[in-house]
Amino acid sequence: MIELKNLRAGYPGRPVLEDVTLDLRPGQVLAVLGPNGCGKSTLLRTVNGLLARSGGEVLVDGVPLERLSAKEIAQKVAYLPQSRSVPNITAGRMVLHGRFPYLSYPRRYSQEDREMVRRALDWVGAAELASRPLAELSGGQRQKVYLAMALAQDTSTILMDEPTTYLDVGCQLEVMALARRLAEEGRAVVMVLHDLTLALRYAHQTALLWEGRVRQTGTPEELYRGEALEQVMGVRLGRVETEEGWRYFYR
Amino acid sequence: MRSWRTSSLRSRGRRIAALVLLLLASCVANLAFGAVSIPAGEVIAALLGRGEGATAAIVLYARLPRLSGCLLAGAALACAGAIIQGVLNNPLAAPNVIGVNSGAGLATALCCALAPGAVQLTPLAAFLGALAGVLLVLFISERAGAARITLVLAGVAISSMFNAGIDGVVTFVPDALSGYTDFRVGGVKNLSMARLAPAFWVILIALLIALSLSNELDLLLLGRETAQSLGLPAKWLRLALLMLAAALAGAAVSFAGLLGFVGLLVPHIMRRLVGEESFFLLLSSALGGGLLLTVCDLASRLIFAPFELPLGVVLSLTGGPFFIWLLLKQRRGGGGL
Repeated sequence: MIELKNLRAGYPGRPVLEDVTLDLRPGQVLAVLGPNGCGKSTLLRTVNGLLARSGGEVLVDGVPLERLSAKEIAQKVAYLPQSRSVPNITAGRMVLHGRFPYLSYPRRYSQEDREMVRRALDWVGAAELASRPLAELSGGQRQKVYLAMALAQDTSTILMDEPTTYLDVGCQLEVMALARRLAEEGRAVVMVLHDLTLALRYAHQTALLWEGRVRQTGTPEELYRGEALEQVMGVRLGRVETEEGWRYFYR
Repeated sequence: MRSWRTSSLRSRGRRIAALVLLLLASCVANLAFGAVSIPAGEVIAALLGRGEGATAAIVLYARLPRLSGCLLAGAALACAGAIIQGVLNNPLAAPNVIGVNSGAGLATALCCALAPGAVQLTPLAAFLGALAGVLLVLFISERAGAARITLVLAGVAISSMFNAGIDGVVTFVPDALSGYTDFRVGGVKNLSMARLAPAFWVILIALLIALSLSNELDLLLLGRETAQSLGLPAKWLRLALLMLAAALAGAAVSFAGLLGFVGLLVPHIMRRLVGEESFFLLLSSALGGGLLLTVCDLASRLIFAPFELPLGVVLSLTGGPFFIWLLLKQRRGGGGL
């Protein structure tokens, strides 16, 4: 489990996060919500050690983040940034790089690593993409490959920064369902999301940020019933109950 | 998974094997043809130490050092290009484009002017000059956000400054670079195996280190944040890889002068041939760079035989159109760059 205690972080001359306290619990999807510029991506980058914090603590399984090496952090936390380069390599090779944090001498990926890659691609339903060049894949297929890479990384926490952006609705639902399955397998999944309806439908917990601070945390039900969401995001949500649970919509 | 890996390995293996065969054929042709044509049997006899007379002397003391120079400079410049393009994530970046070659050239000129007898020092001086060029580019890419065109324009500025430096050195010490024009254009004439030896070791060691870091280079291609999140010390690794590129380019410039286009042209062709996985890209670039220079060197001797064109001229005549083709392909959205 990752615990954030009174976290403060930002960029030189521009503090972004202030006094953020959150728990990233295993077995749960935590949706991080908030308007543009409120510090959602900064939060993920700080948790991952990519951005130095200026105050507070990040504890990974009880150990302060600064005591862990970059490889140790990578063995515990996987991170899917919002945008990334698309090199001319196959999807299988891309997923194989998820095993990099475990690479030791003689610095060649092992048969066990390749088996993990096969299982990860199978798990996300992308086994047939293994030999396809990454550049030829659709946005949704690429996102599946990135998820498989995070899975091959075999971490207890997966951070995703806007994983549904630029995807069509079908792919968005598929990615959210995969995230939920990852959590059901015991991982802590943290997703920065802009689509409130998706977030409330799929997340177990939510954290609403406003001007770098946590405005409200709680279940989707608590967030829906509270007033903070409308005040911060400036939208009102409605919902209907279906056999599969609540479905949310913008009023 | 096995079929994915096996089929892609097989196909790349076949292409690399074809490159090796082409390279071998070009090496034989390079040794056999020129102002004087020498039968293959006599070339082999000369290489095995059983040759006699003028033909053996031509093979051993004129063409073999020249061929070795082509192979070394081609491999070094092409791999330096592949590394620089990968690290800066910029397909336009190549040692001659971003000022690395001219940095090495300036340092070589200074070394020859200040210590004319110390030939063995030139690779070290060239490395330091290339490193200065690389560090300048890295500094600019960090500060200016590494936009593709920013880097290229910065490279133009850096190259101009270094080239002005070379001109300045040659103005004050006219004998600093024997065959100044040859140096500026680039070429592999008048080499000896002894002169190539220091550069050979630098290039061999740098290539082996670069190949051993191919996984890390692959990770940098995924973007800095992704690479760091996989536990890669991206900042230091970028620096280390650029130093390797500087060593490669510097060693090549120290004996072959300011050869252009190899570092740009070859990695682009090889990327199409074997993909972007760094191990195969570096390996094929080393072979392809050697092949390109060997063929161009042969062409430079044969086109107007018995007169010779400078190697750099033939290279520019080949590389220039390719560069323009890349630009046009990018404009059409074909993903050339």
